[in-house]
Amino acid sequence: METRIESKQKLANGRQRAAAWLRRNGNSLMFVTALLVILLWEGVTRWGSLPAFILPSPWAVLQRFWSTLGDGTLWRHTSATLLEIVLGLAVGVIAATITGYLLAKSPTLESILSPYLVASQAIPIVAIAPLLVIWFSPGLFSKVLIASLIVFFPVLVNTVVGVRAVPQDLRDLMRSLRASRWQTLRLLEIPAALPVFLGGLRIGATLSVIGAVVGELIGANRGLGFLIGIGRGQYDTALVFVAVFTLVVLALSLYGIVILLERRLLAWQRSARKGTLLDMNG
Amino acid sequence: MVPFLQVNDLHITFANENGGLQALQGVSLNLDLHEFVSVIGPSGSGKSTLLRVIAGLLVPSRGEVIIRTPHDYPPRIGYVFQQANLMPWRTVLENILLPLEIQGVDKRTGRGKALDLVELMGLKGFEASWVQDLSGGMAQRVAIARALIQEPELLLLDEPFGALDALTREQMGVELLRIWQARRTTVLMVTHSISEALLLSDRVLVLSSRPGKIISDMVVDLPRPRSDQLRYEAHFGNLSRQLKAQILPV
Repeated sequence: METRIESKQKLANGRQRAAAWLRRNGNSLMFVTALLVILLWEGVTRWGSLPAFILPSPWAVLQRFWSTLGDGTLWRHTSATLLEIVLGLAVGVIAATITGYLLAKSPTLESILSPYLVASQAIPIVAIAPLLVIWFSPGLFSKVLIASLIVFFPVLVNTVVGVRAVPQDLRDLMRSLRASRWQTLRLLEIPAALPVFLGGLRIGATLSVIGAVVGELIGANRGLGFLIGIGRGQYDTALVFVAVFTLVVLALSLYGIVILLERRLLAWQRSARKGTLLDMNG
Repeated sequence: MVPFLQVNDLHITFANENGGLQALQGVSLNLDLHEFVSVIGPSGSGKSTLLRVIAGLLVPSRGEVIIRTPHDYPPRIGYVFQQANLMPWRTVLENILLPLEIQGVDKRTGRGKALDLVELMGLKGFEASWVQDLSGGMAQRVAIARALIQEPELLLLDEPFGALDALTREQMGVELLRIWQARRTTVLMVTHSISEALLLSDRVLVLSSRPGKIISDMVVDLPRPRSDQLRYEAHFGNLSRQLKAQILPV
């Protein structure tokens, strides 16, 4: 019997070629997948004998998109939702960052507040959103509040983890150089906590979209969530699809902005690693 | 003459569950201006603790540290840790510039000084590199440059080459000798290496094992300027044997 141990070379070459092909053609591959899904969808609506109010054809959705775009409906509702998202995100992130920093610096404060903060996460936001709408009227404020509440926790946790992870040796260095509190914050704590903080921001950005839409679904007179409610009520399922796709685009854009921010601010990390869309260094 | 640095009867006790761990027990020492003094001793003898107190990072349980400077602001102290302890989000040059940034020195003056140090430390060509791309020896050079840029009145070296491999370590010792001979900063260095201590120092203090106290103060009567060749001379060997006997009495 002859036992032969083959070099890994052949295998590795094949794998490398596949990876290189994927890198070159990754984007076109994505479009091919999207096209296949749309074709499948078209096929189901054409031969599946489903009524349009259950599943409209891609073409019907596209037509609805043009009509809502043409008469300004889509833009009016999108801009309302966008405003809620941006304000909610801003309020949530600012509140969470400040609270997170204080919690990270003060173990006393943390032991007092953290049970409540963790318990507050056990309440689904969907369950208290109706209350907030009742209390604060169905206007802009209640949506901003819901969005900021849902953003708050992940950003808070990541701020605490980020600030706590600042190496003690670097803190000692700053102290030996007689850095002021403000200098320690600016030159050490912020840059050191930034990677973890931005991870929280990325989660928060997508959650803010959910928060705004939940608020609109409960009670509003404008916004994409409101549009979904209208579409459902009138069995205008194509309109629901238009609103949902617009929300997807909004959420993806926000995600993309945070990733661009990470690339800019964390350039120093990229010399070490390179990753995919889900990866920090995407 | 009044010494530049005076440590008087220093006691350090760390709180622990057995009622406290005594790290230092009555350490006293003096350092003159422009003197290079090493502290040598077994692991856990509180050598680093001593430096941390002098740097103002740790408050002593008893005793005091006096640093006399001719001006009325706190002394500039350069501290080099065992690990390079650099900021990964800053380039080599930005890391070297950190102390001046904290002091509020204007950028242009700072840059000139930093570039001089880059030259002195053999870091030319790495100014814009990220620190995680550096080898251990290069990173420690950056750390030394960072400590030197503020022209410290006192340089504290806490096993500065402890994390390096033996060959790099020896080479860095020689580099430090060259730099010190050019600048004559007052240095207090903690080390495990007898030959490193002898090559560089004017005096070597031996710290006993815990609780640490100074058991010997040896003058290194090797002529300056010194070079790496000194290691192979008979007198160096004698001093080294004497020190060894004090650290690990047989």
